[in-house]
Amino acid sequence: MPRMRFIQAINQALAEEMARDSRTILIGEDVEASIFGDTRGLLDRFGADRVRNTPISEQTLTGISVGAAACGCRVILHMMFANFIYTGFDAIANQMAKLRLMSGGQVTLPITVIANYGGGRSTAAQHSDTPLSLLMNLAGVEVVVPSTPDNAKGLMKSAIRSDNPTFFLEPGGRGGDAGEVPSGDYVTPLGEARVMREGSDLSLITMGSMARMTLRAAQLLETELGVSAEVLDLQSLVPLDTAAILASVERTGRAIVVDESRDACSVASHVAAILADKGFAQLKAPVRRITVPDAAMPYAPSAELPLLPSPERIVIAARTLFPEA
Amino acid sequence: MAASTSNIQPDDDVLIELYRRMLLIRKSEEQLFRDVKLGRTPGQVHLSDGQEAVAVGICAPLDDRDQITSTHRGHGHYLAKGGDVNAMFAEVYGKAEGICRGMGGSMHVADFSKGIVGANGIVGAGLGIATGVGLANQLEGEGRVAVCFFGDGAANQGSLMESLNISSLWRLPVLFVCENNGFSEFSPSGTVTCGVISDRARPFGIPIWNIDGNDVVEVWRTAREAVDHCRSGAGPAFIEARTYRFSGHFSAEAMILSTPYRSDEEIEAWRAKDPVARTRALIIDRGAADAAACERLEMEADACVEGAVAFGEAGTAPNSGTAEQLMRAGS
Repeated sequence: MPRMRFIQAINQALAEEMARDSRTILIGEDVEASIFGDTRGLLDRFGADRVRNTPISEQTLTGISVGAAACGCRVILHMMFANFIYTGFDAIANQMAKLRLMSGGQVTLPITVIANYGGGRSTAAQHSDTPLSLLMNLAGVEVVVPSTPDNAKGLMKSAIRSDNPTFFLEPGGRGGDAGEVPSGDYVTPLGEARVMREGSDLSLITMGSMARMTLRAAQLLETELGVSAEVLDLQSLVPLDTAAILASVERTGRAIVVDESRDACSVASHVAAILADKGFAQLKAPVRRITVPDAAMPYAPSAELPLLPSPERIVIAARTLFPEA
Repeated sequence: MAASTSNIQPDDDVLIELYRRMLLIRKSEEQLFRDVKLGRTPGQVHLSDGQEAVAVGICAPLDDRDQITSTHRGHGHYLAKGGDVNAMFAEVYGKAEGICRGMGGSMHVADFSKGIVGANGIVGAGLGIATGVGLANQLEGEGRVAVCFFGDGAANQGSLMESLNISSLWRLPVLFVCENNGFSEFSPSGTVTCGVISDRARPFGIPIWNIDGNDVVEVWRTAREAVDHCRSGAGPAFIEARTYRFSGHFSAEAMILSTPYRSDEEIEAWRAKDPVARTRALIIDRGAADAAACERLEMEADACVEGAVAFGEAGTAPNSGTAEQLMRAGS
């Protein structure tokens, strides 16, 4: 299986899907220069009709995506940083997420919105948000979060092929991560979580930017506490693989949810609520959440980094679940 | 351009057809106002009586393949573009037989099969959407035109500047139609808007027409030129049509406002410029039809609306399950 970088896997998926369907277009700010590298080369390959560098006009770019998708295009919109979703939010929350319902199902909106999310790189408060649960709460959009090069490719293909608006949130700063990526038509179905590491004592439930770090934490738990931790990568937040979450906790009886969202109404708190509602009988201990405190991301690394989930914070939380360990 | 450069006149049968469509809108809006008071509608309505000439005149040169985006005041656009009146009444009554299965209501009437991309409850939202429709049309290359109806209130949204810039930059087939009815909800334009709205398109190199929106012939004539411009691939066009909404911003305003925000004199002055009455007078004056024939057209419109009321009343109540099911395609 070929090895490639995270960003190359996304680029490959974009190129394959644009080649597959001539109605697929890509629009966004600097999609030609491509600061992350994910859209690099696509303008040369597919031409300026289908790959359009746009002005910095987020509120209209999201609206354009709705109109073009409603009238026959399959739209890929690159929003650059996830914080810029807020600038374009009307057409996301009021149009994209609602037009299908409001029209009585007359229309499908095949839109993929790409945005780079997360902190840890001193990009300061307006280039570091993790708006996963904000998007989940809209109900009318799908949300996927890749964690490794292979599911970056597979989820991107699923997102583009979906007939619903789908947010593909790229973990920031992970473009260089390398891994094996299946060639050809490799698709990661929406709504399926995957077990990244098997374990019997504790479920570490996570996604996207937190997955690699959580795997490290699982290793630490094994060596430091003798705790066998399963790592469940959610991959898709809407639709959410509730069955996989419950099945994992049925195996282990304990759960820590690791999420880069701010804590209030986070993905983690949603997963914890699901476990409280439907998995209570399986739980041997309270569900713990490792999230970002309800603060905006500061610039200085000494202030920012301690706010982010870390293997150390996971180990500390795990100790409370295994007092004998 | 202050007005159309040509002086072309519609044939008699075209003029009568314009009148027939305006009558259907007028009678529908009057009926819906009564329906709100009777409690037949679960929600309120934003009526477009007084603005019929803009909707009908602009949609006249369009066919089913062309598209429109509309506003919260969208019944007239929907009917002018060929939307079914029965399905519209059922929708406003909140029935499963409505054009949007009772899920959208008055502010969201849409019929994609007729190019009615939808009314919209967010002021100015149609600007970006219509630009996107224009992009799809350009890529398809079959000469479809997207028309964006918006009001003078929406002209103060920043997305107007963005949409004008992008559509002109990419030469998209989008006709921007500003229905300047003089009010942003309850605020007179003079208190919230600077300058002449159509001038806002000028620096983008977009052709502009500024017209009397209550003169259906002028609207019809201008729309033909502007739509031709867009269809030819020359890029967007912009029409500002001055008009007036007789029934105010929305149907409950008399109940919630403590003081009137417009004078009786102002309303009467605009009533004297009623586009429906003016068209009728023109028809008779021109000899296209006589008063009795005009009377018959009115009775036909009344009968059509009566049928729509009956259709809507006979409709069934949709359930919440429909809403959950409609949120995702393929579910």
